[in-house]
Amino acid sequence: MDTEPLSKLDPAYATVMRIEGTLTVLPFLIAALVMGVAGALPEPWTWAPMIVPVLIALVMVLLIPMKRYRSRGYHVSTDRLRVVKGVMFHADTVVPFSRVQHLDVEQGPLERAFGIARLILHTAGTHNASVTLPGLRHADAVAMREEIRQHVKRESL
Amino acid sequence: MSERASQPLAAPDVETDEWQRVNPLTMMVQMARTLAQAILPAIAVLYGAASSEPDSEGLGAIAPYFVPIFGAIIGINLLGAWLSWRRLLYRVGETDVRVEQGIISRSARSVPYERIQDVSLEQKLIPRLLGLVEVKFETGAGGKEELKLSYVSEAEGEKLRETVRALVEGETAKPALIGEAGEASLQVAEPVGRTLFAMDTKRLFLFGLFNFSLVVFAVLLGALQQLEFLLPFDMWDYIADIFRDERIAEAGELVNGYSTFAQVLAILYAVAAVVVVGMASGVVRTFVRDWEFRLERTPKGFRRRRGLLTKTDVVMPVHRVQALVLKTGWLRRRFGWHGLSFISLAQDAGSANHDVAPFAQMKEIAPIAREAGFSLPDDSADWRRASEDYYFDRAVMQAFVPVVAALVLALQGYWVPTVLLLGLAAFLAVGEYYRWRVVRHALDPQQVVSRRGWLAPNYRIANRVKLHSVEISQNPLGRWRGYCTLRFGLAGGRLAFPGLSLEDARQMRAAALESIAAVDFAKLPR
Repeated sequence: MDTEPLSKLDPAYATVMRIEGTLTVLPFLIAALVMGVAGALPEPWTWAPMIVPVLIALVMVLLIPMKRYRSRGYHVSTDRLRVVKGVMFHADTVVPFSRVQHLDVEQGPLERAFGIARLILHTAGTHNASVTLPGLRHADAVAMREEIRQHVKRESL
Repeated sequence: MSERASQPLAAPDVETDEWQRVNPLTMMVQMARTLAQAILPAIAVLYGAASSEPDSEGLGAIAPYFVPIFGAIIGINLLGAWLSWRRLLYRVGETDVRVEQGIISRSARSVPYERIQDVSLEQKLIPRLLGLVEVKFETGAGGKEELKLSYVSEAEGEKLRETVRALVEGETAKPALIGEAGEASLQVAEPVGRTLFAMDTKRLFLFGLFNFSLVVFAVLLGALQQLEFLLPFDMWDYIADIFRDERIAEAGELVNGYSTFAQVLAILYAVAAVVVVGMASGVVRTFVRDWEFRLERTPKGFRRRRGLLTKTDVVMPVHRVQALVLKTGWLRRRFGWHGLSFISLAQDAGSANHDVAPFAQMKEIAPIAREAGFSLPDDSADWRRASEDYYFDRAVMQAFVPVVAALVLALQGYWVPTVLLLGLAAFLAVGEYYRWRVVRHALDPQQVVSRRGWLAPNYRIANRVKLHSVEISQNPLGRWRGYCTLRFGLAGGRLAFPGLSLEDARQMRAAALESIAAVDFAKLPR
């Protein structure tokens, strides 16, 4: 069961992570720009402060979202959901549908703009009390929620 | 929300379906408690006022105010107690239990029966003298915001518990019936209130001896600091005097003056004194907590009663037991003593709450485990070890710092600390090796078993069907070296296996998932 091919997330998820990265770097970039314009440092070093935010931006905007997107994946089988994630710290979680307590589909403003959503499965366990699967198309997330809910309902009847 | 507004909601036909007040004696308990809190500060204030007066008639000067001050304190307390009693209403309704309370801001809480895991009764010292109990409606895992009723009379508490339990059973019986028909008939056949385990005074005493604790010294120091003002001398000055007057030095000289034999005796005496005090406080603590410890098997589940000053009476339904924890200590283990506790869905706060047999021999524990639907692992189990690489890496990491420090010191020419540090590194590394030898896990058809601890093995035994999720996680080192951590989602507790080989973890996960997915959560007896 560990060999089954994982479904990729929606590519928009990588875009959303890039935008989030950009927003994080922006204040540093502005601060460095201000320092440069104000001429806080002597002549050859005027634009030196820019190096730091540019490096951060390269990592946060280009590198990490790409790696993160590639490392994530999921697999839905008839009775369980498998969520794989983690660039450095790898985690591979399986939640049987029969143990799902309730389900959420969540969207932040950015995610909404790109039409993606997070599916959250809640279980009664102390560890992994909620398992989040981000970066699904909103319609897919809703469909998956309905499917899992049907499953939960049917089994409990 | 006022009582008048909500009364029409109550269905008139059920006798239980009425708003009720708790026992009026509750006011006494509240008074006693607030007064006990108020009296110490009051004494402190008066004492302070009296001693700050320069002339000798300090106490005399404030004596006239004694009566009005204390009168006012008591009066305000009485009014507060009466008001809060008057404004506390509860109702055992058709679908839920409701409690409304608060003097100025009202809070109304309703807990539906299907969310009530259990009803427990607790008696602290003062309520016990007055024959009152606190009723706790335990809800769900975590147990943060529980519904409490303090206080009702003992009989009313018992009645309330029975009523609510019957209603809870009725509420959950419908879905549970299908999966549980066999078990239900089994339960009927059982005799009522069979004692599974009890501790007599001798056993308690022995248990207390193993519960060696030096907490009493900390408590004494804390109390000294708190109640310093009551002492006839200034403690800190006194201690400072000891140092200033070199009384310590005198004591040291005194010891030096003795012969070697006498010195050894004196040190032995000091050690023995500490040990005796530690054991005595262990015995006292154990007696207070576990007095008349009694575990019974009733048709409703396991019923545990214990306590000397605070008496508790807890019922743990059998099907709500998620896992067993079997613990022991490095010393008591030599005498075959173990402690058994449950991990339960209704996990209430505090560590020692689900002890079912805190100090017992294995032959006493096995029947309890069997009764809870678990079997204790033995040598025939398919025991597996974690990856050697994991413990090797741990040994290297632990020994790394002392070894580097030792090398640096050796270059500087300090030989004694070098040898000591190398010894420490060797000890840590050998410890990891030993851990690799003793830490094990096993998977049998019904259970997942974890065995940990290097001086005393602790077991965790979880029912495979009652797990909620499975996760395999790897940190960068683990990915490089090919090991991982396997974590199970367990309600009310944790179950993790660090350092398994990837293949072993995958096998365990696949096997566990098969059992989990085969049984629906709603069909699990709740």
